[in-house]
Amino acid sequence: MQRKKFNLAPYLLVSPALLIVVAVVFIPVAKAIMMSFQNYDLRRPSSIGFIGLENFTNIFHDPLFWDAFVRTLIWVGAGVGFQFLFGFILAILLNQDFKGRGVVRAVSLIPWCTPGVLIGLMWRWIYDGNYGVLNDILLKLHLIDEKIPFLAQQSTAFPSVIVTIIWQGIPFFALMLLAGLQGVSMELYEAADVDGASKIQKLFSITIPSIRNTIFVTLLLRIIWVANSVDLIFNMTEGGPAYSTQTLSIYIFNKGSVLNMGYASAMSLILTLLLSIVAIPYLMNKFKEEHR
Amino acid sequence: MSKKRITMTKKIAYVYLPLFLLMLFLLFPFYWTFVTSIKPENELYGPVVTYFPKHSTFTAYVKLFTQFDFSKSIINSFIVAFSTTIVSLIVSLLAAYSFSRYDFKGRKFLMIMFLTNNMFPTVLLLIPLYTIMRSLGILYTPLALVLAYTTFTIPFSIWLLNGYLNDLPQSLEEAALIDGANRFQAFIKIIFPILVPSLVATGVYIFMTSWNEYTFAVMFTNVDNRTIPVALKSLIGQLGVQWDLLTAGGIITIIPVCFMFFFAQKKLVEGLTAGAEKG
Repeated sequence: MQRKKFNLAPYLLVSPALLIVVAVVFIPVAKAIMMSFQNYDLRRPSSIGFIGLENFTNIFHDPLFWDAFVRTLIWVGAGVGFQFLFGFILAILLNQDFKGRGVVRAVSLIPWCTPGVLIGLMWRWIYDGNYGVLNDILLKLHLIDEKIPFLAQQSTAFPSVIVTIIWQGIPFFALMLLAGLQGVSMELYEAADVDGASKIQKLFSITIPSIRNTIFVTLLLRIIWVANSVDLIFNMTEGGPAYSTQTLSIYIFNKGSVLNMGYASAMSLILTLLLSIVAIPYLMNKFKEEHR
Repeated sequence: MSKKRITMTKKIAYVYLPLFLLMLFLLFPFYWTFVTSIKPENELYGPVVTYFPKHSTFTAYVKLFTQFDFSKSIINSFIVAFSTTIVSLIVSLLAAYSFSRYDFKGRKFLMIMFLTNNMFPTVLLLIPLYTIMRSLGILYTPLALVLAYTTFTIPFSIWLLNGYLNDLPQSLEEAALIDGANRFQAFIKIIFPILVPSLVATGVYIFMTSWNEYTFAVMFTNVDNRTIPVALKSLIGQLGVQWDLLTAGGIITIIPVCFMFFFAQKKLVEGLTAGAEKG
């Protein structure tokens, strides 16, 4: 790429995307920042006005916020953690030679293309306390003595929604990591075989280091998606019972649904800051990479 | 002979058995959804749970279209998803081409900016977009959803397409440029034909995410223009959930997008992991 005189073409090519993004992302973000300093409740439009940091101080003293904050960490940690674990196992399995691999690979990704609403509702039906199939299976296996209303009681609701998000994310990890695995040079494994390395040793000293970057990108994308996910929990429990499944995204969504926009905006800015802690190392890395 | 048997046993224990368990976990919910959709009501809410319907019926599917006007939601979803796909693909391709083929002041800044957009939480944009669209009077129109969806489809598509384009060597077009073609001709004649599968994969992904999206859709639509995810949710009424209708609607929803996704996934994963292993 030689540098010539000023060329307008690249700017013209970027401009349509830039214009749209400014209109639908940057202006709204600016608006969110403004609303977060306002008492912006659409149910009481006459009292909309600047209130300084009051939303933020209220959030700070809001026990529901702190509950949701901790719950978000568990939601992302357990959700993404197990998605990664099972996704990695599935990727390794799909990388083996066996009959029907193409078919298995194809059908295993159905959860990825299923809408979050449907996933939430499907699992809600599976978890149902009266007619749910999970209760029936557990009863038949004699693992439980009486039916459990999984989503209707506080102690089981949150683990149940976490199982569902794990289920949703396995195919994404499996396919991404499988692509990484297929790129690992066979020579490395052959050399390790000569040295008499065990399967576990090969996994930790060859496989994982070789696909490190894929793991990194996949985890980052997934952490952001899971932290932002609203549809799944909302359609299973709406954050209940007694707020026991309310993550930050759900809390913000619920506040937004009742049109308390100022408070919801302030919380969403906090969530954005939290996510940027995860994203910044990645962005720094990309920034360096662009020095081509 | 015995050694062969040992490797076979090993293969069952280490490959087939875990694979079977994982696939059972992943696929059973779909089987259950389908079975629910074809069970008659008395079997659905009967005292015994049947794993294979004793009587199967497609009344739920018929009812969905005759009583609940599900076809309208399908059309709404199609309009929104299709428009989002076309708009996002065009503007993202232009931007990605610019990033991949030109060196210009601010290039890095703009690229990082688009990448950063991928990180914004849905709920951060949902609330201001709602108030802005309300005051512009476009709330409850398909346009509102298309605009909302471009917030995540454009940054994501630019990222993907930039990866695909960077994999195509510059020398491809340079030969054409030397032969006297301009950049546009070189793009149309040389780059575009090679890029078609990547464009299709990106398009399928945009279509799928727009087709499946719920959070914006539930806030930005009303009864007349609601999309499928919102319509599915609306089957949960005050009198409880009509599970047969809901699961029938679910089956109809996932078939077209999953079918497209099967063909696009390989290319898509390639794009998502492009450049990941270069560092």
